Amino acid sequence: MFKKTILSVALTTLLSQPFYTFAAESSDLQALRSEMAQLKLQYQQLEKRLQQAEVNAQQAQAGSQQAVVASQQAVEVARTQTVPSSSPAASSEGAFNPAMSLILAGTYGQVKQSPAIPATGFAMNSNPGHQQGFNLGESELGITANIDPQFRGVATMALAPAGGITVENAFVQNSGLGNGLNLKFGRFFSGLGYLNEQHAHAWDFVDQPLVYATLWNNQIGEDGVQLKWLAPTDMFIELGGEIGRGRSFPATDRQNRNGTGAGTIFAHIGDDIGFEHSWRAGASLYDTKRVNAASAGVPDLLGTVGGVNTQFSGDSRTMGLDFVWKYSPNGNTANRYFKVQGEYFSRRETGMLTYNAAVTDTFSNTQSGWYLQSVYQFMPHWRAGMRYDQLNPGTATVGVLNAGNVISNYAFKPTRTSVMLDYSPSEFSRLRLQLANDQSRQGLTDNQLFIQYIMSLGAHGAHQY
Amino acid sequence: MARISISSLPPSPSPTSGRGEFNGIVYKMKHQIQHTEFKGKIMKKIVAVLFLLFTHTTAHAEVNVFACEPEWAALTQLLAGKQATIYTATGALQDPHRVEARPSLIAKARRANLVVCTGAELEVAWLPVILRESGNSAVQVGSAGYFLAAQSVKMLDVPTHLDRANGDVHAGGNPHIQTDARNFLPIADALSKRLVQLDPANSAYYQQQLATFNQQWHAALVKWEKQAAPLQGVSILVQHDGFPYLNQWLGMKQIASLEPKPGMEPSASYLNSVLTTLQQHPVKMVIRAAYQDARPSEWIAERAHLHAVALPYTVGGSDKAIDLFSLFDDTLAQLLAGLK
Repeated sequence: MFKKTILSVALTTLLSQPFYTFAAESSDLQALRSEMAQLKLQYQQLEKRLQQAEVNAQQAQAGSQQAVVASQQAVEVARTQTVPSSSPAASSEGAFNPAMSLILAGTYGQVKQSPAIPATGFAMNSNPGHQQGFNLGESELGITANIDPQFRGVATMALAPAGGITVENAFVQNSGLGNGLNLKFGRFFSGLGYLNEQHAHAWDFVDQPLVYATLWNNQIGEDGVQLKWLAPTDMFIELGGEIGRGRSFPATDRQNRNGTGAGTIFAHIGDDIGFEHSWRAGASLYDTKRVNAASAGVPDLLGTVGGVNTQFSGDSRTMGLDFVWKYSPNGNTANRYFKVQGEYFSRRETGMLTYNAAVTDTFSNTQSGWYLQSVYQFMPHWRAGMRYDQLNPGTATVGVLNAGNVISNYAFKPTRTSVMLDYSPSEFSRLRLQLANDQSRQGLTDNQLFIQYIMSLGAHGAHQY
Repeated sequence: MARISISSLPPSPSPTSGRGEFNGIVYKMKHQIQHTEFKGKIMKKIVAVLFLLFTHTTAHAEVNVFACEPEWAALTQLLAGKQATIYTATGALQDPHRVEARPSLIAKARRANLVVCTGAELEVAWLPVILRESGNSAVQVGSAGYFLAAQSVKMLDVPTHLDRANGDVHAGGNPHIQTDARNFLPIADALSKRLVQLDPANSAYYQQQLATFNQQWHAALVKWEKQAAPLQGVSILVQHDGFPYLNQWLGMKQIASLEPKPGMEPSASYLNSVLTTLQQHPVKMVIRAAYQDARPSEWIAERAHLHAVALPYTVGGSDKAIDLFSLFDDTLAQLLAGLK
């Protein structure tokens, strides 16, 4: 109890600050505010309608209530009277408004090294890095509703800390095809791996594993079509495939051109062992053709200060393996549970590399990485977790022309160890403390501290496994 | 807790259920095989494969039920008898609010043609994902294969104002409808109609099962209400606001809850305020559901000298609660023991 108080005081003090910092900051915030005000207004109107609907429902029920009492008193009567359904048929059009949810999340980040420095050997990859100081993190607005008996629509808008709104998800799903088929189209998170489909507010750590950061720029989203098929077996066996324009890293976005830019296939299997254990394992393959993928600040053999620019064109194929195992005493996850998950990705790239906009020759490399993490809910509302990350930059085969320019072997394996503790006062709120020892950049050990809040307002949809 | 949970296993089938029919098919198949002209090892293999396929399709032909909670599995078993194969998604020691959308559940929902759940948002954290991911058009919301028990009963504790400042409230009312035995009558009625709708060929059988159930349940209600007479007007403390239907049925009075708001962890100061309340309104017992953490109940029971009563809450929640009838027998026995 004492520890809890200290933590709450510390968090409150820390969390009460960002509001000042931001108040004076930008006009974008003003725009965001007015949008929020409009949302609030809409919400209030919706609430009014809801209250009216409830009053109507109660009046309707008053009659049926008497019928129930009567029927319950007449217990000896052999046949019961059917009790009218208690769910009111609201006629107001407002009742069809989509479910809205707003995730308010923010972090305070303290790191020693510049987040702009990529992991050693991964300068040609994505580097989402971390935000320092107070920041809004992954706040997002979600809107969901059934469109008709066939289709369901989902939109998730991420509220960028610097202002502006980006469309994270905007897809239509058809679960009514039958025969285990599930169709999704629009913008969605790819179904590859285990973590990729999870939204930031459902992550067990403040950040994604290094392998996700460097190989998928945290999370791979696609504009395209996904088809999944679930086998009619007792064990969960799911096969899926996606094609899309290759909107995000490592793909180079086949915008305004015919055809597709990337394709994914994946398979998942899973089951229970008794009623206390459950697991899921998967394999995935992602394929894209990269065109003029530019990188800046890539270290070279000549030791050019600030690095050089490179451009890569060629085939990129990533295979992945993932598993998760969960255990909870009596199968009751509300009290205590333990989960272990791990993923491995390996990417093979073959093509032409242009060094410093001057020398072009063949280049091929295989990069890989994995993480293993476990989270333990040791008592209701409290969880602790630990994660180990490792990357392998691979040994590149570099064409003769660039053999003196491009580094083929970094002889360093980036690693990171993170621990976290989180407290969830309710299902709708979570406060988290995370510490990490980051050895992902050679010679630049980084000790990182993050404090995070994740709050869920409005409708809160069910989470995936 | 050394209890044995039936958990995700379906309730033990009666001798006449599913399996009996299975034997019939085996017999028929053997009979057919004897009359075929083909012989030899290859043919045997083909027949074995066909046999597998055949039994596989028969599993689809009967009503394949995915029951969210053990009480609905038990009720469906009584009403559908041999015509149903039933999978129970949660065990009595699992909190039905907080089940995960596990792969196994999705696989089971894939093959179901009837989903029987409580509704009223009890399963809102997991059922929507399971139905969506199952790719099974027969059990989607609004279809004949989607049955919610809460739609057949009068809901209690329906909030007039929805605000999460009041904790984890359910917009549709308190979902723990299975604690009032009387609720099973209208639910059985509606569920039986649904079985007839899905499997009209066996409607006479379902109607007969319903008539038998109604007769036995009415008799049991008379017995239970007589037994429960001493509980009328008794003050109780609850660990979670999960008993309004039980209280309404038996006439017990809830003085306070150990959760300051539904789903919220009690603080030390809140528990002390409960202790103060108990000085003004003494109670005999503090009750909780079998799946709930025993510690809060035991903490207050020790300090206020109360009986901590763990009710089975659903079929399988105690060693004695093996079916719907014994569920209420044991519930009443536990409550009456708590009076002493």
